Amino acid sequence: MTSDEIHATLLRCLTDVAPDIADEEIEDDADLRDELDLDSMDILRWVQGIHKALGVEIPEEDYGKIASFEDAIAYVAARV
Amino acid sequence: MPSLGADMTAGTLAKWRVAVGDRISHGDIIAEVETDKGLIEVEVFETGVVEKLLVGEGEKVPVGTVLAEIGAGAATATVPESASVPESASVPATGSASVPVSASESAAGSIISAGSSEVDLDGPMASPAVRRRAHELDVSLRGVQGSGEHGRITLDDLEGFPRGSAAAAIVGGRLRISPYARRLALERGIDIAQVRGTGLSGAIQARDVLSAKPSVQESGKPVSASERMQRAIAAAMTRANDEIPHYYVEQSIDMGNALTWLREANASLNVTERLVSGVLVLRAVARALRKHKKLNATWQGGKPVPSEEVHVGLAVSLRGGGLVAPALRNTDEGSLTDLMARMTDLVSRARSGALRSSELTSATITLTSLGERGVESVTPIIFPPQVAIVGCGATFERPWVVDGQVVPRPVMRVTLGGDHRVSNGHQGARFLSALDRLLQEPEKL
Repeated sequence: MTSDEIHATLLRCLTDVAPDIADEEIEDDADLRDELDLDSMDILRWVQGIHKALGVEIPEEDYGKIASFEDAIAYVAARV
Repeated sequence: MPSLGADMTAGTLAKWRVAVGDRISHGDIIAEVETDKGLIEVEVFETGVVEKLLVGEGEKVPVGTVLAEIGAGAATATVPESASVPESASVPATGSASVPVSASESAAGSIISAGSSEVDLDGPMASPAVRRRAHELDVSLRGVQGSGEHGRITLDDLEGFPRGSAAAAIVGGRLRISPYARRLALERGIDIAQVRGTGLSGAIQARDVLSAKPSVQESGKPVSASERMQRAIAAAMTRANDEIPHYYVEQSIDMGNALTWLREANASLNVTERLVSGVLVLRAVARALRKHKKLNATWQGGKPVPSEEVHVGLAVSLRGGGLVAPALRNTDEGSLTDLMARMTDLVSRARSGALRSSELTSATITLTSLGERGVESVTPIIFPPQVAIVGCGATFERPWVVDGQVVPRPVMRVTLGGDHRVSNGHQGARFLSALDRLLQEPEKL
C-alpha cells in the first residue's frame, strides 16, 4: 500500500468520525486534539476506523504517537 | 410540533417519514423537524394509522401545532384521548378547562401534539399585565407557550414571540392557512410562523404570503444555524439563571483506581469494544443518582417531579460552536460495553444532526465534561426543567495523601450544581461522596 493510499484512507476514516471538518482543513502536521478539536472518543472512533479499514491495531499506550495526521500516517505505514 | 427543550418556540417540518394510510407503532420515527438544535427525528407515542398530515414539508410552525392525525384503524373502540409526547417536561399543561378539538377532526383517533391538542375554553392563563403587553405587541396569546406555573404565560414569553404572528391563525392547535398559501410559502421560502393572516379568524391567505418577506436578521443577513442555536442556548441559560437558585458543591476525586482498571480492561478488549474514561464517570453518576433521587428530577408546575429512571443528558459540543445535551436513557443499566456503544452512537448522531425527539426531552440530569482541554473545574448552569447538573474538569496528577504518604495520583475535580428549591448543599455533598466511592470500585460499574 502506498503512502498516498494510506493518506487517503486515514483521511476518510477521520472525516467519517468528524463529518463537520472539511477535508481541506486537515493539514498533515495538524495536531488532532488542539487544531482539529478531536476528543478522546473521536480519537478512539478514528482508531477503530483505521483498524477496520487496514487491520492495524493501535493500542492505547501508542495514542501519543499519532498526535498529528502525519504521525499517524507514519505509524500506520510501518505496520500495514 | 413537539417542544424539544424549554427554549424552543417553533420548528420547521423538514420531512415526513410516513404517508397517509401508513400503519405506525409506538416509537416509530414519523418526521424530521429542523430546530435550533439541528435536525431532530420525531417519534410517535401512539399506535394506529396515519389519517392526515396537517403540516407541509418546509413549513415552520409554533410548538403545540398539531402535525398529523392518527386513527385507531380497525380498533375504533379504543380511541386514545390524546397523543401528547410523553416526558416533555418543558411543556406545561394549560391548567384550564378544556374540550377536545372539533369532533370532526378527532373522532377517528388521536392527534400528535406536544403541546395541548385541545382548545381551552378560557384562553391561556395570563395576568392582565401580560394580556395588555400582548395587545401592545400584537401577539395572540393562544400561540404562546407559557413557561410559568401551570403553563401561565409570562412577560418574558411574549418578548421572544414573533410580533403580529400567525398565532392569530392557530385554532385548536391548528394553523389556518389555505393549501395554495401553504404551497406559495414553501416555494418562496417564507416562514409562515411570521406571516400575519388577514382571512377569516386570522387565516393566512395567498396575499399574506406574497406580501411577506423571508426571515432575516435586522442587519438583513439570514440567521445562520449556529446563531440560532446560540440564541436558543442563551434563552435556556438566561431562564435558568433567572429562575433557579443554584448552589454548588465540589469534590476532588482520586481517579487512580478507575484509570488503572480502564487501562487493564482496554488492553484485553478488542479495539471495537475499548472504553473511554468518560463512560466510567457517566455510569458512576447514574448509579449515584439511584440513591439521591432529589437530584434526578424535573421541575414541573411549580414542584419537583422525581424520576424513577435515570436518563443522564450528555453535554456534547459541536465543532461549529453549538452545544446539545441529549439523554442516554437508563444510564444506570446494562453493561459498560453497551453504555459505551450507546454513548458513541449518541455523540455521533448529535454531531451529524440526527437526534430523536425523546433524546432531547427525557434527560433527568446533565453531565458536562470539559476536562479534555485541561480545564480544572466547571461551574455549570442547570438546564431547565432539570434540577441538577454535574461538571467534570480534567484529571491531573496531584500530590495526594494515601496511607499517610504523599503520592502522585490522577485527580479529577467534580462539581455538582443543584437547585435550592429541590435540594441543598448537604444532599449535594452526599451525592458527590457516593460518586467518589463508586469510582473507587470501577469493576462494579
